[in-house]
Amino acid sequence: MTDPTSSAPVVDGLDDLYAESEHWQVNDGGETIHAKRLPGRWRRIKWWAASVWLIFFLGPYVRWNGGQAVLFDIPNRQYHLFGATVLPQDFWMLSLLLLFFAILLAVATALAGRVYCGFFCFQTVWTDIFTLIEEWLEGNPRERRLLERAPWTPRKLGIKSVKHLLWMLIGFATGWSFVAWFYGVFPLWRDFFTAQANGAVYAFVALFTVGTYVLAGWLREQVCFWLCPYARIQGVMLDRTTLVPAYDLLRGEPRGRLHKGADARSDAGLDAGAQKQGDCIDCNQCVAVCPTGIDIRAGQQEGCITCALCIDACDQVMDKVNRPRGLIRYASLDEIEGRGAKALLKRVRVWVYFAILALSLVGIVYGFSTLTNIELKVLHERSPLFVQLSDGSIQNKYTLKVLNKANDDLTAEVAVRADVPIEVKGIEHRLRIKHGEVTPMIVFVRIEPEHLTGETIPIFFSARATLANGTEATAERESAFFAERR
Amino acid sequence: MADENPFPGENNTGHFWDDNIRELKNPPPRWWMIAFWLSIAWWVLYGLLYPMWPAPPWETDKTDQEFTKGVLDWTSIKEFEQGMAQVDAVRAKYEDRIAQMSAEEILADPGLLQYTLASSKVVFGDYCAACHGSGGQGNPGYPVLADNAWLWGGSLGKIAETITGGRKGNMIAHQNILSKQEVDTLAQFAVDLSEGKEGSPEGWNLFNTKGCSGCHGPQANGTLGTLPNGDPITVGAANLTDTLWRFRPGGFESAKHTILYGVNQSGVEQTRNAVMPRFGGAGSAEGRLDEQQIKKLAIYVHELGGGQ
Ligand code: SF4
Ligand code: SF4
Repeated sequence: MTDPTSSAPVVDGLDDLYAESEHWQVNDGGETIHAKRLPGRWRRIKWWAASVWLIFFLGPYVRWNGGQAVLFDIPNRQYHLFGATVLPQDFWMLSLLLLFFAILLAVATALAGRVYCGFFCFQTVWTDIFTLIEEWLEGNPRERRLLERAPWTPRKLGIKSVKHLLWMLIGFATGWSFVAWFYGVFPLWRDFFTAQANGAVYAFVALFTVGTYVLAGWLREQVCFWLCPYARIQGVMLDRTTLVPAYDLLRGEPRGRLHKGADARSDAGLDAGAQKQGDCIDCNQCVAVCPTGIDIRAGQQEGCITCALCIDACDQVMDKVNRPRGLIRYASLDEIEGRGAKALLKRVRVWVYFAILALSLVGIVYGFSTLTNIELKVLHERSPLFVQLSDGSIQNKYTLKVLNKANDDLTAEVAVRADVPIEVKGIEHRLRIKHGEVTPMIVFVRIEPEHLTGETIPIFFSARATLANGTEATAERESAFFAERR
Repeated sequence: MADENPFPGENNTGHFWDDNIRELKNPPPRWWMIAFWLSIAWWVLYGLLYPMWPAPPWETDKTDQEFTKGVLDWTSIKEFEQGMAQVDAVRAKYEDRIAQMSAEEILADPGLLQYTLASSKVVFGDYCAACHGSGGQGNPGYPVLADNAWLWGGSLGKIAETITGGRKGNMIAHQNILSKQEVDTLAQFAVDLSEGKEGSPEGWNLFNTKGCSGCHGPQANGTLGTLPNGDPITVGAANLTDTLWRFRPGGFESAKHTILYGVNQSGVEQTRNAVMPRFGGAGSAEGRLDEQQIKKLAIYVHELGGGQ
């Protein structure tokens, strides 16, 4: 029952809240979403999470031993990570690294839904920054919509061009930082503006500038809806026990407008004959702040990137209308339906995920701890497997491939050893290997017939080199010597 | 599909399923339309730049060309030729050095030797492997190149000479010259020598008196003498004192066969065939390899395992 003559509103600014909600419609991409910005707990967490991306911009400036700490030197096919050089031969570690992150994504999704989307994803983060700039220049969502409809005045033109310029600048910084990881940031500063960098550099910077500008500036949540493959993958990894921002419909429904001067918790505030009202006052604040423009009260859905901003919004509304927080909160479906949450460690999926995580991590650590400076590969010649020489002895041919992973050229010494007397041909000279390269060497091994103890005899190869800093690097390999069946 | 539209005034297409599921006429998002038209523009532009459109009939008649040329004048053949030119440019500096150096000098230069071995592998595969095997392991009737036995000499020069001019062995058929008994004795003599034994006095006697030593050498090791540079003087006769057999499988019967019917004897039906064709000689009908290729190939063969 509304009485226009009743006392002043119980809740300050309620009218404003409802006025904002007028605009709401289903987001089908036809109109730009202008999400409202509210401070709050999750907003703060979001900033902290997004600040991880500072590494992307600042990382190339980190120095190590006089060089860039992390440099993916693609032209020379080598990757420098804090003094360690990784060559293509070590790329099995990359697969483990990718596996690690893939599983990390899986485990995070199983536990807390699309937290990656809501807190770390570059699309989300960049869009957030872009809309922040928009808010500074054009004002709050209402003002922005007004400006959109307004005729083109010099003022509008000015605001819009500044905005787009800033967006493009950020896009450029993004492209620049990306290329810096591969090119080296200081050489990039030097070469880029003097037109000395090669075409690929300019192409990549341009691609990232335009890409960032279009994706974060224009497409925004449309990327999450229509373009992003992870949206689909992650969406199906949720289950009943996954924590996601959820609307507590048992508590909130039936929703209804809160009328001036009324307290929904007393029956006095209800329309005659209406049942008791739920806690949701249908203010649509949760929708107004949603960067993808969806209504969380319709349940967990494709468009929700679980950024939890609606939680902040609703909590503030609950504070205003004097009801407990948490109408929208991080909760699993089981919890919302009153079934209670299943303990984390009782979920098989969690165990499996963590096992894979641990295994790949062990592999990566092992790989890094065993990175050697030279590597030896022994290829036994197969056509023919062995040759009989005119004095009756048997000769086998091996191609040794020595890889130099050290940072300077090396001279390697090769040795061959077996349990029976052997004669070796071909290792008289020492092997010069340029850094980062593989140098082959052909070695013949001969064994007199009386020493041939069997069809195959184990034989050991080793390569040894002294590095520039005086340490010694060695690599060993076992191979086999083949002879005729006798 | 319902006859009547249960949702009048809604912008649906009139297609209904399950009473209320219907297809709407909502336009696609603007960005989608922009991307759509951009794609079409891209397609047209691409067709102008590159060969894509079927050529008009009058063009086809004139040049046999089935597609328009494209403004950029790009063709896959052209790109291929440019790629090949690039490869040649990379190789040129090595090839130039190889041309200027002797085979022995190349052998002493590890870097150049690597290049030579890698680049002549293909030539060996094309011209040599069919008879001598992909790794020089030989085939019945074709000598092994990976061991250290050489009928015509295994120095770089001798190998190059063999490739350039070809070789043709010659051993007369002894079926009408020697008695059965003598053939058996000589065959056994060859087997004995290959096993490292002395050889019977009758064997040595026949070997020397029946003319065998004239080709196989006084020591029966295939060498008639030595040149000042160390190269052996041979006429391509086999070394009878090593463990290897020119015609495999070796042994008594094999030796008998060779003695009876000889090698490369015209008119003798069961004679052994042993001909190495000539690959060199620019301008000649047979010459298929140029000097540079032969030089590289000689090094390759020398390095197969038994070069001297
Ligand atoms: S519904 Fe809430 S959690 Fe989901 S995207 Fe919108 S604001 Fe974020
Ligand atoms: S869920 Fe909260 S924020 Fe959303 S409409 Fe209801 S009361 Fe408002």
